[in-house]
Amino acid sequence: MKPEPIWFRPPPPPSRPPAAPARPAAPPVEVSIDGQRATVPGGATILDACRARGVDVPTLCFLPTLTPVNVCRVCVVEVIGSRALVPACSRRVEPGMAIQTESERVRVSRRMVLELLASSVDLSTAPGLHDMMARYGARPERYGRPAAPAAAGERDRREPGHHEAPVGERAETVAQPVKIDNDLYMRDYSKCVLCYKCVEACGVDAQNTFAIAVAGRGFDARISTEADVPLPDSACVYCGNCIGVCPTGALMFKREHDMRAAGTWDESKQRTTDTICPYCGVGCTLSLHVQDNRIVKVTSPADVSITSGHLCIKGRFGFTFVEPPGKDSD
Amino acid sequence: MFAVDPRRTSSVRWAELWAALDVGTDIALANAIGREIIAAGLEHREFIENATTGFDDYRRTVEPYTLAYAERESGVPAATIRTMAHEYARARRAMICWTLGITEHHNAVDNVLALVNLALLTGHVGRYGSGLNPLRGQNNVQGGGDMGALPDRLSGFQHVENDEFRAKFERAWGVTVPPERGWHLSQMFEAMERGDLRALYVIGENPLQSEADQNHARHLLEGLDFVVAQDLFLTKTAELAHVVLPASAAWCESEGTVTNSERRVQRVRKAIEAPAGARGDLEILFELARRMGRDWGRPDAETIWNEVRRLSPMHAGMSYARLEKHGGLQWPCYDEEHPGEMFLHSRLWERPLHGPRVGFAPVEHDPPVDKLDDEFPLRLTTGRRLEEYNTGVQTSGYHSPLRRGESLDVSPEDADRYGLREGEVVRVRSRRGAVEVPIRRDDGLRPGLTFMTLHFPDDVATNLLTIDATDPKSGTAEFKATAICIERLGV
Repeated sequence: MKPEPIWFRPPPPPSRPPAAPARPAAPPVEVSIDGQRATVPGGATILDACRARGVDVPTLCFLPTLTPVNVCRVCVVEVIGSRALVPACSRRVEPGMAIQTESERVRVSRRMVLELLASSVDLSTAPGLHDMMARYGARPERYGRPAAPAAAGERDRREPGHHEAPVGERAETVAQPVKIDNDLYMRDYSKCVLCYKCVEACGVDAQNTFAIAVAGRGFDARISTEADVPLPDSACVYCGNCIGVCPTGALMFKREHDMRAAGTWDESKQRTTDTICPYCGVGCTLSLHVQDNRIVKVTSPADVSITSGHLCIKGRFGFTFVEPPGKDSD
Repeated sequence: MFAVDPRRTSSVRWAELWAALDVGTDIALANAIGREIIAAGLEHREFIENATTGFDDYRRTVEPYTLAYAERESGVPAATIRTMAHEYARARRAMICWTLGITEHHNAVDNVLALVNLALLTGHVGRYGSGLNPLRGQNNVQGGGDMGALPDRLSGFQHVENDEFRAKFERAWGVTVPPERGWHLSQMFEAMERGDLRALYVIGENPLQSEADQNHARHLLEGLDFVVAQDLFLTKTAELAHVVLPASAAWCESEGTVTNSERRVQRVRKAIEAPAGARGDLEILFELARRMGRDWGRPDAETIWNEVRRLSPMHAGMSYARLEKHGGLQWPCYDEEHPGEMFLHSRLWERPLHGPRVGFAPVEHDPPVDKLDDEFPLRLTTGRRLEEYNTGVQTSGYHSPLRRGESLDVSPEDADRYGLREGEVVRVRSRRGAVEVPIRRDDGLRPGLTFMTLHFPDDVATNLLTIDATDPKSGTAEFKATAICIERLGV
């Protein structure tokens, strides 16, 4: 008699479910936050420690899914004995650290940062920043009326040192025409606060495509493709992960941009439903933003382990096959 | 990361090492790696002795697969093979991942077994960070098999020819389940050829364009007495059908579950209403059952899922509430306290061994069926591009800036040898058919190798060229290895 092949009957389960090996935890650290003593896990950042204790430290360029780049200076806190304010998002706690999250020095610094940003950048699609400005009493108008917008491509051609003498009553801005060079997403660098999130998501933190980087220096610094070529000529693979992390709406789905322009974008009428991408076997969670029975935007939750909020071109944009042909306004 | 691929893909750019093997020489390469590991004394003796059977047979089988032989057969330099063997065997953790480059061959299952043997040889299985991972190409190809959409299995891989399993389902369903396995897709086409299969019900597939040797597939499908197509779209297969049942999109117009590559059962949810006239797959099947005199009740996804949980032990612990709470669970998950298994086969490391040993399955190299010769001197392999998907039914509608249509990608050396210009339309001929397609130079291809996709079958029917030689066990056709020649037009 032939032996029964093993696959006729599944093998017995293991004695206990398999698990990842335990990692030794670093010893806890004693610190004080706003005068309160706190014991926090070793290796935690100041931001981790504050958030774990319900202390609200504002952030702009920080995301849990990206490596901190310390550029926005919104999350700075005062560490007693430290000459400079320190970025809470990346500085790790040390034994005995005394942290002040809302001291006058901290508040003035945050207010200044927000005023400089708001005086030079269009924050109309960045509601989170408006709340922050109110909290710190930021008055960007004290820097003067906004200067005239740059012509298309003008800022992209600026070289270091090519500056005109400042005009005191006008605030220099990054205002410039919107860049639309493909059917999937657009770039409005008038709204860019140079938080680097898109660069990080395009690079080693998610996509490893390196289609964009920060070009230029000082106030002329801007996000650019290689040699400022249009996206279709760049290395871009249209994963849209830059849109997913952009905090100001500078990077936006073409569909959202068009609906906003037409006055039909209405978040109060939108429902979000989580489902699974219809394409490959990775099983990415898609959050479908639906308005009037139409998918208007696709995102992914940052706290889903499979995606960390990141998708590919098919998951992000390849949904239109469930729409009637010809209705696509893109 | 070592990349084993005939083409220099974008993944290869990130690899430490690229083994650029000739199409269809996977077993020659894998067996040589196995032989080298044994020759260097790097096999995991404790694991082999305590958890496996058949090692001596395996050692004898791979003995002739010297590095020199494998270099001749696969084109991969002996030193590269040696490096891969040593590094893989010595690694603290190592996993092997593969996709259709392994399985779309006439000896697909043997290709997989050759890789399984390497994992058994080194103990790189059943431990965190190790293992064997077939990367699934569709969001529910794993789940489809898990649910018994296989000719020989019921839900949870319970074999239909096992009396005990079958009886359980018969009791639950109150019907007699046929005691013998059915046909897989390739066997169905063979049965059409013999006249044994006269009617076909196709759900969510486009075989007219996705099957190898398309002329032959069309001929067989057209010869059927009755074809039903249930699909979102009027595909080419649906156009040929006698009855078309318009279905809604499972991933956003109805409720249910899918299972991804890591065996994670995940919820899909209804986000939009289906177009008028389209119905959910469940609703269609329930309505058909009713017309056939069976009332299955209300077509509700969770009710069906709970039936799966009652009948399939590996899904038993996965209530909708738990799937919701944990963001999906990995099978097997035997009860509502079970966390699911993040990797399989950990029992193989228990001492004394828990359950049966696993066997080495020695396999021999067997080159592709479609041989290269003077008339058909070039190897065509097929695959996907990032922004496209299969026969384009789902992806043709969105405006990808990356899309550039079908092309015959050739190496710069071959382009020069044949005097082919970029974009020049040529006739590509195989032993089964011919298509006309523009040329694209691709410096990721080596001389003798060409590449096409299946994404634009209405423009270029690549499957007119491919061969329907299939693996006898899996039924998969050898899409990856076609012999072709290029004919210039108007010259």
